[in-house]
Amino acid sequence: MSELLLPPEHRYAKIMKEKLNEDGSELSILNLGPTHPATHGIFQNILLMDGERIIEAEPTIGYIHRAFEKIAENRPFYQITPLTDRMNYCSSPINNMGWWMTLEKLLGVEVPKRAQYLRVIVMELARITDHIICNSILGVDTGAYTGFLYVFQFREKVYEIYEEICGARLTTNMGRIGGFERDWTPKAFELLNTFLEEFPPAWKEFENLFERNRIFIDRTVDVGPITAEKAMAYGFTGPNLRAAGVDYDVRVAQPYSSYEDFEFIVPVGKSGDTYDRFCVRNAEVWESLSIIRQALEKMPAGNEFHAEVPDYYLPPKEDVYNNMESLIYHFKIVMGEVPVPVAEIYHPVEGGNGELGFYLITDGSRTPYRLHFRRPCFIYYQAYPDMIKGALLSDAIVILSSLNVIAGELDA
Amino acid sequence: MALETAQIQDKLSATFSDISFTFKQERDILAVEVPAEKISAIILFLKNDPELRFHFLTDLCGVHYPDNEVDRQMTIVYHMHNWYENTRIRLKAFISGENPEIKSISSIFPTANWMERETYDFYGVDFIGHPQLKRILNMDEMVSFPMRKEFPLEDGGRTDKDDRFFGRTASNN
Repeated sequence: MSELLLPPEHRYAKIMKEKLNEDGSELSILNLGPTHPATHGIFQNILLMDGERIIEAEPTIGYIHRAFEKIAENRPFYQITPLTDRMNYCSSPINNMGWWMTLEKLLGVEVPKRAQYLRVIVMELARITDHIICNSILGVDTGAYTGFLYVFQFREKVYEIYEEICGARLTTNMGRIGGFERDWTPKAFELLNTFLEEFPPAWKEFENLFERNRIFIDRTVDVGPITAEKAMAYGFTGPNLRAAGVDYDVRVAQPYSSYEDFEFIVPVGKSGDTYDRFCVRNAEVWESLSIIRQALEKMPAGNEFHAEVPDYYLPPKEDVYNNMESLIYHFKIVMGEVPVPVAEIYHPVEGGNGELGFYLITDGSRTPYRLHFRRPCFIYYQAYPDMIKGALLSDAIVILSSLNVIAGELDA
Repeated sequence: MALETAQIQDKLSATFSDISFTFKQERDILAVEVPAEKISAIILFLKNDPELRFHFLTDLCGVHYPDNEVDRQMTIVYHMHNWYENTRIRLKAFISGENPEIKSISSIFPTANWMERETYDFYGVDFIGHPQLKRILNMDEMVSFPMRKEFPLEDGGRTDKDDRFFGRTASNN
C-alpha cells in the first residue's frame, strides 16, 4: 500500500491491517473521484473494498464551494438571485422563485394571482427538467443511452421556454420582487403548448423503456434501499424521502404561490430503493404536467404579471430614460436603497430534490445580515456512505445518480 | 388541529421549570431562546414528547453577532418541524464568541452531523461530542473561520475595486 494514497494514521490503514480474509486476500482502497465521468459532478469517495464489495466509504465534499452565504451578506437582494441560480442548476427557476417569495414574505408583498400561476408553471417546468436529467442519467448509468438522448431534447424545449420568458437558459435569474420582469410573450405560451403536446408521449415511451425492463429492474430493485425512519433521521426530503413511503411535500404541507388551487397527488414509493426513486420521479413528472395544464386553464384573464410595489419593482425602461422619478427609483432599487424591515424569515419551497429553505435575517440595511440556504442535497448526501455499505461498486454509481446529488447545491 | 403556540410554551415551561424561556413569534414561526447548556435535553424533549413531536430537524446554522456582549456573540439556530401538525419551531442558543462551544445533537438527529460540521467550518463552533468534527466545505489547511463578521469578503488591500456601496452600512445612508 502506497503511503501517498493512504497515510498510516488513517482509520482504513488499521482496518486493513487487522482484517485479513481466511483465504489470505486483502482489503483494498479505491479512490472514486473527485472527477470521474460516472459521478456526474465533483464527488470524491475513498472506498474500502473487499473485492467488488464496498465496506466503508469516506466522502469529501466542497470542491466547488463558492461561499454563496458570505457573498450574500455583501450584496443587495437583487444580486443574490444569480447566486441561487447556481445552486441546483438543473432547476434554477425554483431557486429563483423561492428567493423572491422569501423576500415577498419579508416585505409583505402580495403577488397577483396571475403572476402566481405563471410562477407555478415555470417551477413545474423546472421540476420536470430536473427529473428528466436524474432519471435519464440513471438510465445511462445502467447502460441505456437511448432514453437519455430521446428525452433530453425536451429539456432543450423547456430551455427555449425559459429563454422566451427571461432571456437565459440554464442560470435563469428569472423574476423580480412581486412577479416577473416582463409579461410572457405569446410565443412563450405557444412553446409551452407544443411542449405539453409533444412531451407526454415521449415520456410515456421513456417509462415503457425502463419500468418493466429486465436489465433495469435487476440493476435497481433493492439497490441502495433506505427505510422511512432512517431517511427522516438523515433529513431526507423530496422524491428521495417519498420513495421511502413518506408523503411529505412542501407544496402540500405549506402551500406557496397558490399551490392549494391545484389538484395533484403526491406519489410515494415503498422500499426507498433506486427503483422506487426512479418511479416516484416518473410519477411526479406526470403530476407536474397536470399542474401546468390546470394552471393554464385557471389562469385569470388580463396581463398582470407583477405586483404594484414601486419601492421594490424596477420601473419600465422607457420611463427610466424619460422620466426623473422613475430614474430615481431605478437608481435606488439597484443600489439597494429600499426600506427593509428588521426580521427573521424562513421560507421553504419544494425544490427538485426536496425542501429548499431560505433562512434570512435582516437588520434594515441593504444586504442580508445572514442568509442560510437549507440545501437538500447537502443534507441527504451524508447518508450516502451508509447506503452503499455492502453494495457493489457499480451499484454505488447507480445509487449516487438516483439520489440526484447536484454538486452546485451540495457545496453552495 | 394545529399545535397551538400556547401549548408548546406551556409544555416547555412546565418540563423545564428551572429555565425561563424567551418566546417570540417571528412571523409564522415561534422562536424560543434556550440556554445553550440545556440544548440537547430540550431538543430530545421536543423530539420525543408525544404531543409536541418535533421529529424532524430541518436546519441548523450559526449566526455571528460581534456587537453583542462576549457571551452572546454566537448563535446556533435550530429549525425543527412537526409534520403531523405541520408546525415549525426555531430554537436559538446564544454562546460565547471567544470560545464558542455547545453540545452536539448528532446523536439525536444523524442529519445534524454535517450541519454541525458546516457550522464548525464557518464559525469555529466546537460541538462537544461530535463524532468527526472537521472542516467540510473548506480545505483542512484553512486557519480562519470565514463566516465570522470580522473576516472580509475580499482582500482589504485591493485598490482596483471599490465595493463600498455594496457593503454593510449601519443606517443605509
